[in-house]
Amino acid sequence: MTVGRAGKRTWLAEAILVILLIVILPLLNGIGFLSDYYLNLCGKYLALAILALGMDLIWGYTGILSLGQAVFFGLGAYAMGMHLMLGSSGRGVYGEPIPDFMVWNRVLELPLFWKPFQYFPLAALSALLLPALVAIIIGLLTFRRRVSGTYFAILTQAMAYAAWLLFNRNELNLGGTNGLTDFKRLLGFSLRDPGTLRGLYIVTAVGLVGSFILCRWLVGSMMGLVLTAIRDQERRLQFLGYPVAHYKIFIFAVAGMLSGLAGALYVTQVGIITPSQIGVLPSLEIVVWVATGGRGTLVGAILGAIGINAARSVLTARYPEWWPIILGGLFVSVVMLFPDGLAGLPRQLQRWGRRLRWRRLTPAPVPPSAVSPSLTSQQ
Amino acid sequence: MLGQICVRFWTLLGLAILSWGVGGATAAPLEAYATAIATADQQRQALEQMRELTDPSFKALLIALKEGALYTWQGQLLILSDSGAFQDLAGQPILDASSQPFLPDDAVQVPLEEANTPLVQRVLDVISLTDADPKVRRAAALKFGNLHDPAGVGLIEKALMHEGDPSVRSVMDEALNKLMLFDPDPQMRRRTVEHIAAIRAESALALLKSLVEQEQDVAVNQAMQQAITSIEGYLRLRNLIGYVFNGLSLASVLLMMSLGLAITFGLMGVINMAHGEMLMLGSYTAYLVQESFAAYAPGYLDYFFFVALPLSLLVVGAVGLCLEQGLLRFLYGRPLESLLVTWGIGLTLQQGVRLYLGDQTSVNPPTWFRGGWEALPGLVLPYSRLFIVMLSLLSVIGVYGLLYRSTAGLKIRAVMQNRDIACCMGIAARRIDAFTFAMGAALAGLAGCALSLIGTVDPEVGKTYIVDSFMVVVLGGVGKILGTVLASLGLGMSNKLLEPAISGTAAAVYAKVGILLLVIVFLQLRPTGLFPPRERATEAMTR
Repeated sequence: MTVGRAGKRTWLAEAILVILLIVILPLLNGIGFLSDYYLNLCGKYLALAILALGMDLIWGYTGILSLGQAVFFGLGAYAMGMHLMLGSSGRGVYGEPIPDFMVWNRVLELPLFWKPFQYFPLAALSALLLPALVAIIIGLLTFRRRVSGTYFAILTQAMAYAAWLLFNRNELNLGGTNGLTDFKRLLGFSLRDPGTLRGLYIVTAVGLVGSFILCRWLVGSMMGLVLTAIRDQERRLQFLGYPVAHYKIFIFAVAGMLSGLAGALYVTQVGIITPSQIGVLPSLEIVVWVATGGRGTLVGAILGAIGINAARSVLTARYPEWWPIILGGLFVSVVMLFPDGLAGLPRQLQRWGRRLRWRRLTPAPVPPSAVSPSLTSQQ
Repeated sequence: MLGQICVRFWTLLGLAILSWGVGGATAAPLEAYATAIATADQQRQALEQMRELTDPSFKALLIALKEGALYTWQGQLLILSDSGAFQDLAGQPILDASSQPFLPDDAVQVPLEEANTPLVQRVLDVISLTDADPKVRRAAALKFGNLHDPAGVGLIEKALMHEGDPSVRSVMDEALNKLMLFDPDPQMRRRTVEHIAAIRAESALALLKSLVEQEQDVAVNQAMQQAITSIEGYLRLRNLIGYVFNGLSLASVLLMMSLGLAITFGLMGVINMAHGEMLMLGSYTAYLVQESFAAYAPGYLDYFFFVALPLSLLVVGAVGLCLEQGLLRFLYGRPLESLLVTWGIGLTLQQGVRLYLGDQTSVNPPTWFRGGWEALPGLVLPYSRLFIVMLSLLSVIGVYGLLYRSTAGLKIRAVMQNRDIACCMGIAARRIDAFTFAMGAALAGLAGCALSLIGTVDPEVGKTYIVDSFMVVVLGGVGKILGTVLASLGLGMSNKLLEPAISGTAAAVYAKVGILLLVIVFLQLRPTGLFPPRERATEAMTR
């Protein structure tokens, strides 16, 4: 990466943005300019932006379309949610040392797999490592057998469907359809306290900035080059002797870990995680965020996640029955008309302008190379 | 020979008695009994005398008595019908001078004493044993089989003599044998038990199990235990056949969906995520056709399905054609983008249908489609499911004929094998794409129409089948009919056979999860499906 004058300007803009996110917004909230509700909402969007970063790494840069990213998000969220659940047990309706829903299901003793989650470090670690582990297993089973492209997309979708079915079951002792909710404390801080929420927001913002830096470092390194090459010419890379499957498994695991982080940060702020957030539809929504924001650019993924979720909050409140249609329409129009998403919009407009000018100057038809978008995973 | 003559003689005699009873002299006893029933102190006695009565003309009187619709008016007995008008005992409406329904104010209800209610029911049951409707006879026989009433033996034997319907006969036979299990003679009991074992009377199983513990006679006890094992073995077999049939019908739906999916995938490398919505549109087409028949031609409502079936094929095929021509055409060579676009379309279609046509409606199958074929005693295969199996069989044959026995099919296969060379030979590959895509959608529409016969019609119906049919495509390989058929059979069967194997409420869920794992394991062994395409192996997976 060369740091010219333009580069310097970008650095400055980025630094300002980071300070705005991490320092200014919480400060505004502290002095009462920004209500707790909106700060919390911002925190939620930032957590989802981390999820989008993970998706962008695998889809935008490596060309792996996973339709099951919400499962990794869910794993992180459930891991953290279990810790929160145990942190608030004993304060539930029944005053039992186990979560309330277990009392309803007549589970009287804490199941063994819940026990490690009593400790925050273990819970936080498993929120990161569990998704990564699952991703590695799936990667080993698929990438090594050269399952990719559409096949991989369908398989991950089936995985999301199966996970959704499983998490809905009460026997799993994860709260069934109702999921995990009614959290009260985290590390001794009350989750009702605006101060705690502000702290969580700051942690999320720092997490997003950290993930962004990590992702940028990854895609800027040699590794990133290989990943982009996998996206554009996987077979050639195989013949050149690169262990393509290992790269894919690694990046899939990193994306899984980012999704887990997003889930853990999300659940502490939103206060609920249910199976409905880990199914097929939420997984595909993540794809829409990245597609809309502009895949293959990290800023685009963040923009898409925040933008669409903000739009969703506004629109589902006003026209709830129209939201799926808007989402579907967005899907179609982004892929058909704006393949580079929001981040690529300026360049695309430029191109259109050039085309118009070209047409005015010469009546000859446009060469097809000028029309075809640059970032398509043609294989 | 002699026996035959005897039987014929007795039948004739029975018929003669019956016709005599129905024809000439009914009026008198009916009137007489009715008057007795209406008199408070003679009611019980009259009902007692009617115990063995089988004359159907008493039915209306007794039902009216039971339901409090029997009235007396100036010494005459009247029945208040459901329409609110009075009838006489023969069911003729009573009209006044101006032939309007006659509605006297001073009619008095005939009371039925609490203690006599079971008696009335009992007489009604006996009459039902010889009812004109076989369903009623069957129900009555079942009821007698469960009452431990020794008098039932004679009644059922009598009814059996006149019974012509073989299915009702078998029910009566079972009921009779159940009653004979209480016979005081151990010889008789043992023969009955052996007979029960021979006819595999499922309804007697619970009774046998409860009786085997009290049975003192060693021989009878042994026979009972043998009968229990033999009946249970038979039930297991029957259930297995039932599961296999359910699996077959699920496989048929999957097959109809996946055929089109697999061919378009083979041809264009595109997975149509809106394929489930094509199914849904087929169901809704059937629903709309039914609604318009109900509105404009209610007399022909039973025939709506003949219109709905071809129409759903055409409508959904047209939708598929529009989808291909309007959107997918521009995404050629970008399978992942096509996947996302079709998913967006699917979501929009789902919600659009929900907004404009409503959630959770249902199609009433035509009357001749209700019921089923009793393949084994107690195992009914619904006609609607049989129809789906037949339809998918026809679809497979049709698709096979199209692909391998027609010029269009030759072209489709040519494009599938090598698009560039096919184009060089003058095949309009893009037109082939559009046609094939429309055909795939049409098949899903057909499946949806057929599916509306057995389930509810709701916008999310596609969701139930789409993941499975993707798995069929993954397993069956690209554009191979045999692979698709085997994969859908395998998936459908394993779904339905795993369900009972894993007991509990969550069986379906765990079966699904297990099958997904199986698919992944299978892909480890054969990464390109059951029938890998004959081309460079590296090309196949990375489309």
